[in-house]
Amino acid sequence: MSTQAKRLTPYLFMAPAAVVLVVALLYPIAYMIYASFLDWNPSQRIGEATFVGLRNYSNLWSDANFRESLSVTLKFAALVVSIEMILGVGLAMLLDRKIRGMTVLRTIFILPMMIAPIVVGLIWRYMYHPTVGIFNRTLNNLGFESVPWLSDSFWSLTSVIIADVWQWTPFIFILSLAALQSLPSSAIEASRIDGATGWQQIIYIKLPLMMPVLIVTLLLRLIDAFKVLEVILVMTNGGPGLSTEILSLRIARTASEFRELGVAAAMSNYLLILLMLLTAIMFTYNRLAEARNARLRQAAEEG
Amino acid sequence: MPILRLENLCKRYASNDVIHSINLEMRDREFTVLVGPSGCGKSTTLRMIAGLESVSDGEIYIDDRPVSSLEPKARDLAMVFQDYALYPHMNVAKNMSFALKLQKRPKKEIDQKVNEVAEMLGLTNFLHRKPAELSGGQRQRVAMGRALTRDAATFLFDEPLSNLDAKLRGQMRAELALMSQRVQKNMVYVTHDQVEAMTLADRIVVMQDGHIRQQGTPEELFKKPNSKFVAGFIGSPPMNFLEGTLEHRGDMTCVVGQGYILSLLPEQAQRVNAANQKDIILGIRPSDLSYAPDAKDGDALELTVLISEYIGAQSILLASCGDQKISVEMKSDNPIELQKNMKFQAVKQGIHLFDRKTEVAL
Repeated sequence: MSTQAKRLTPYLFMAPAAVVLVVALLYPIAYMIYASFLDWNPSQRIGEATFVGLRNYSNLWSDANFRESLSVTLKFAALVVSIEMILGVGLAMLLDRKIRGMTVLRTIFILPMMIAPIVVGLIWRYMYHPTVGIFNRTLNNLGFESVPWLSDSFWSLTSVIIADVWQWTPFIFILSLAALQSLPSSAIEASRIDGATGWQQIIYIKLPLMMPVLIVTLLLRLIDAFKVLEVILVMTNGGPGLSTEILSLRIARTASEFRELGVAAAMSNYLLILLMLLTAIMFTYNRLAEARNARLRQAAEEG
Repeated sequence: MPILRLENLCKRYASNDVIHSINLEMRDREFTVLVGPSGCGKSTTLRMIAGLESVSDGEIYIDDRPVSSLEPKARDLAMVFQDYALYPHMNVAKNMSFALKLQKRPKKEIDQKVNEVAEMLGLTNFLHRKPAELSGGQRQRVAMGRALTRDAATFLFDEPLSNLDAKLRGQMRAELALMSQRVQKNMVYVTHDQVEAMTLADRIVVMQDGHIRQQGTPEELFKKPNSKFVAGFIGSPPMNFLEGTLEHRGDMTCVVGQGYILSLLPEQAQRVNAANQKDIILGIRPSDLSYAPDAKDGDALELTVLISEYIGAQSILLASCGDQKISVEMKSDNPIELQKNMKFQAVKQGIHLFDRKTEVAL
């Protein structure tokens, strides 16, 4: 085989994947970016839509509903991820021990993660039901008043957060547990000899050593939390009012109900930029960590 | 210094006995080495003393205070681990000062102590490096430094040198010996390497299968091993063992085996005759044999030298005696020819005799 052919072979094998990538990913994204510059109604063909430049983008900032939706999204993401991190890491710390039946317990713990989001939404909607739901029935039986789980703007966001925490804490739990179990056991033993109490071991030894895994987990969860749709769609459909209308839901409604495809595309792009920013932070962090390790190794070899 | 004492110490894993009732008392400022083949329970014993492993039965006393139910930190001890167990995210200074920081000592005192120990171990230039930036020997030193800054009463070492290469190991061994002379603390040291045990210990405790087989000074163990196991474990190259039977020739008691007859000294003869045991194992160290072409019968073994390993001033010969193998350590300047029968004289005081069934020294 000539060297030329040898050089081209890898590209030949990559070609099918590249074609799929272009057709299934790059084309829709380009289409969306182009659409975001148009005033475009679904009844029109794309050629008939008027070009409006950056108007969709700038108009969004003066749209109180979009700003509200963005703030709900940020609030939702920040709250669920913080709560899930604390609960997930805490559970991992508690369950990182040899107890009989622990494997079964761990399997049960990660079950919520495996349920389809639509189903999760339905389960919680029934549990939150004002009259027949298990929460209100239990509260009533205990002599308390009913809570307007999904019909009050404060409670609906809370309810949605609870459901998301229920579903995604296990993700952080299993990753933290894996990180915890791969820690050098002798370093932890050394800290016991040095006189560290259980809490001091966690604060000074375990958490700092788990940090690389925790940061990546946090960013992954954050990216996911910004994209959440189905559970909220099924539970509240964004209501009451705009109290649980996260961005992805608003995008879907702008496109289907308000019939403003260009605005929906602009919103999607804002979300995409946000997510790409988070991804970039994650990659940069990994790159930095790798560079640091390489530097340490080199220093060690030079003695 | 507090005295460390183990009383009927046992360790069981799910009805599987790993340590069978150990009794041991360490004297003040003694360097005690627990030595034995892997799986003999030496590390488990050390970890029980440290408090990292629970005690199944029996008790550990530090200064007559039972400590087996106390947390490690209440036992006033420092430990050096086989893999160093440094905190990877802390620099050398922080690694060494962690215990003092937990004790909430004043910062000035901590800095002073760390600098003092770093000076002693030659780590002053590395105080701001992370463990990953250090070589194996330096990490080892930091691990010792961490123990030293603690100023604990008892130091525990769990095979601290076994992750180092041979040359560095020798060097660190010497540094350890120096350090132990300087700090004058109780030291308990676990190793599978009998050379480390011999060179460092005030007292060696030989363990096997969860039992203490023998304890004493290196010299006692080398000269008067109480069993074939201890005799074979202590000393390098290891002791030779030949099967033989006791016979009386005239007024002499002799050990007769395939290809050799050795007469015993009167006191040896008296001892073995008292034991009234015919089938025995003869033990003789390679260094207690010497090339002697003119040796009398009854004083010498006739050996066929198979291999001569030249290691400088000394050579180790591998020879056959009948169909058993035997090694000889001697000066390299002896005229040795391979594949020829030659006479080697045995130092009579160096003859050890063991019961063939129980393997106990006679």
